[in-house]
Amino acid sequence: MTDRSQRDPEFSNRLVRKRYAAERRFRFYGILAMTLGVGAVGFLIFTIFSSGYTAFSRTRLAVEVFLDTNRLGVTAQSSAEELRRVSYDSVLRQAWVESFPEVKARSDRRELLQLLSSGAGNEIRQAVLEDPELLGTTHTFNVLATSNVDQILKGNAPRDIEESRRLISDKQLAWVDQIQAEGRMSQTFNTGFFLNGDSRAAEIAGLGGALIGSLYALLVCFLLSFPVGVAAAMYLEEFAPKNRWTELIEVNINNLAAVPSIVFGLLGLAVFLNFFGVPRGTPLAGGLVLSLMTLPTIIIACRASIKAVPPSIREAALGMGASPMQVMIHHVLPLALPGTLTGTIIGLAQALGETAPLLMIGMFAFVADIPGGPLQSASALPVQIYLWAESSERGYVELTAAGIMVILIFLIAMNSLAVILRKRFERRW
Amino acid sequence: MNEPKATSVAQKAESPTYRITAHDVRVFYGDKEALHGIDINIQANSVTALIGPSGCGKSTFLRCINRMNDVIEGCRVTGTIALDGNDIYDPKLDVVQLREKVGMVFQKPNPFPKSIYDNIAYGPRIHGLAQSRQELDEIVETSLQRAGLFEEVKDRLAEPGTGLSGGQQQRLCIARAISVNPEVILMDEPASALDPIATARIEELIDELRQNYTIIIVTHSMQQAARVSQQTGFFHMGDLVEFGPTDDIFVRPQDKRTQDYITGRFG
Repeated sequence: MTDRSQRDPEFSNRLVRKRYAAERRFRFYGILAMTLGVGAVGFLIFTIFSSGYTAFSRTRLAVEVFLDTNRLGVTAQSSAEELRRVSYDSVLRQAWVESFPEVKARSDRRELLQLLSSGAGNEIRQAVLEDPELLGTTHTFNVLATSNVDQILKGNAPRDIEESRRLISDKQLAWVDQIQAEGRMSQTFNTGFFLNGDSRAAEIAGLGGALIGSLYALLVCFLLSFPVGVAAAMYLEEFAPKNRWTELIEVNINNLAAVPSIVFGLLGLAVFLNFFGVPRGTPLAGGLVLSLMTLPTIIIACRASIKAVPPSIREAALGMGASPMQVMIHHVLPLALPGTLTGTIIGLAQALGETAPLLMIGMFAFVADIPGGPLQSASALPVQIYLWAESSERGYVELTAAGIMVILIFLIAMNSLAVILRKRFERRW
Repeated sequence: MNEPKATSVAQKAESPTYRITAHDVRVFYGDKEALHGIDINIQANSVTALIGPSGCGKSTFLRCINRMNDVIEGCRVTGTIALDGNDIYDPKLDVVQLREKVGMVFQKPNPFPKSIYDNIAYGPRIHGLAQSRQELDEIVETSLQRAGLFEEVKDRLAEPGTGLSGGQQQRLCIARAISVNPEVILMDEPASALDPIATARIEELIDELRQNYTIIIVTHSMQQAARVSQQTGFFHMGDLVEFGPTDDIFVRPQDKRTQDYITGRFG
């Protein structure tokens, strides 16, 4: 209507300026949102690392122990079974008390003994089992200190406060300082964190049992959900007739992916535990429940990858006289596999971090042993972290954070694997 | 529906050299009839071109001949198509065996994302045509030679077929089609995605292949139809309007629509 030449040039310039301003604002909002997001993640990671890294070292106390064969009742020639059955606590306690000749009173001695970890005797047992020749000799062992000492020394718990609120008494603190001054104290890497099961003593509690438990559960989950998921996706995508029933199934599979995980836990409790009698609290039960959660993810990923295989490949194979099943097995499935695997790994990573359904099927019990198979009671990584987070003792705080670090590393590793797989096998048509 | 169709065919209907005889072929997509009763006889060892504007049903008809329409949801075919006198829509006939006899080359080169060797060897493998590795090697070599590709790829048979140029890929697809030694090769616009030089190469190849195979080619290019075919059929709106020797169709079209199409008035 208006002739271009008649338009006020100032008006169109204003429009341009407004548009530029709007675009600048829009970009600013984007950057702001991203900064907030990255900042939050950075803060989270910083908090976890700063409170968790101390869990990877442990305070050890040197003590010279005479492994008296008469008192222990075993010799270097005894069988491993016998060596294992003997308690080494008494010789250790005696040696420890004797290394403080000035401490005489019975109550003081008890306090002195509290500096040692309750797992210290077991450490001597391990050393003896490795080298029975130690029996009958005097040897200096570096045994674990109790968690309270460990925490004070690391600065995780306050030191310069009144005695009643401190983790250890004034006397114990004085001994700790004395031990340190004598050079009988060392900090070592906490291998037990990765190898031990859970424990009531924070200094010997480890993720080992939970790691193995999670591994078994994920194995069961993968073995069940991958074949079932791929078969279901294949059928739905290529062979199922398109009718109201398959449509209903499709909608439900997509909805299943969004169902709260606790519901799957309840379902698992009712079906697997109560009906099929799967042993409670085992990785088998956990894996079964987790596979319910992983299935929709795998089916959706696999169907998407099957759909992404260009129809020209199917036509080519059909034109060569391949049967629908041969088209699927020889051509479509190999091409859809990388995408499916990516989805599977992401599904498994999700399952690894899942806690609620495992609580429902009883995988939250205190399990000190490392499970020997999927049919033994076990804990799982996230559940172990949850259990530690609930513990009141100071030493479990760093363990909780360290556990989160471990699970984060696993998740990052799995997701990176998925990304690598996708990049590596990406095809351009 | 009652208009006279393919008059030149009717005259030669009894000739024994016909490889494919189609009678009253109708194709339905759901309720819609896409082909309105096609009668056509295809001579053995010749190239038959099917031309016509887009959506006229020529590709649909081509895909009926090796039952590729079977996989399309809601597609129904009536009438009879006989290959060497046997109805290919006979329920007792196995579609896999049919496709062994009737190969197909598609518009877009579609080699499998496997090695050149495996591309060719796939058909013989699933149909059990080779007893030994040597036999398979032989089939691969002769197929590639017949498709005029062997000299270009003989040193890189293990490389992926998708790495070849467009024209080479299409010749690979032709080699793949002839690897199972079919009687008929269907080609659905085999050169439409290729440049003129590659097209010329494919056309030469089609002419050579005529010695051993019966070829039906759908094409949008009338020049191509004129160059490679001996018989031409003109499809329009689901009808076979005119069918006869290529020279007749292009020089003396009987039907007004054929004339309009080949002179470029529509399509």
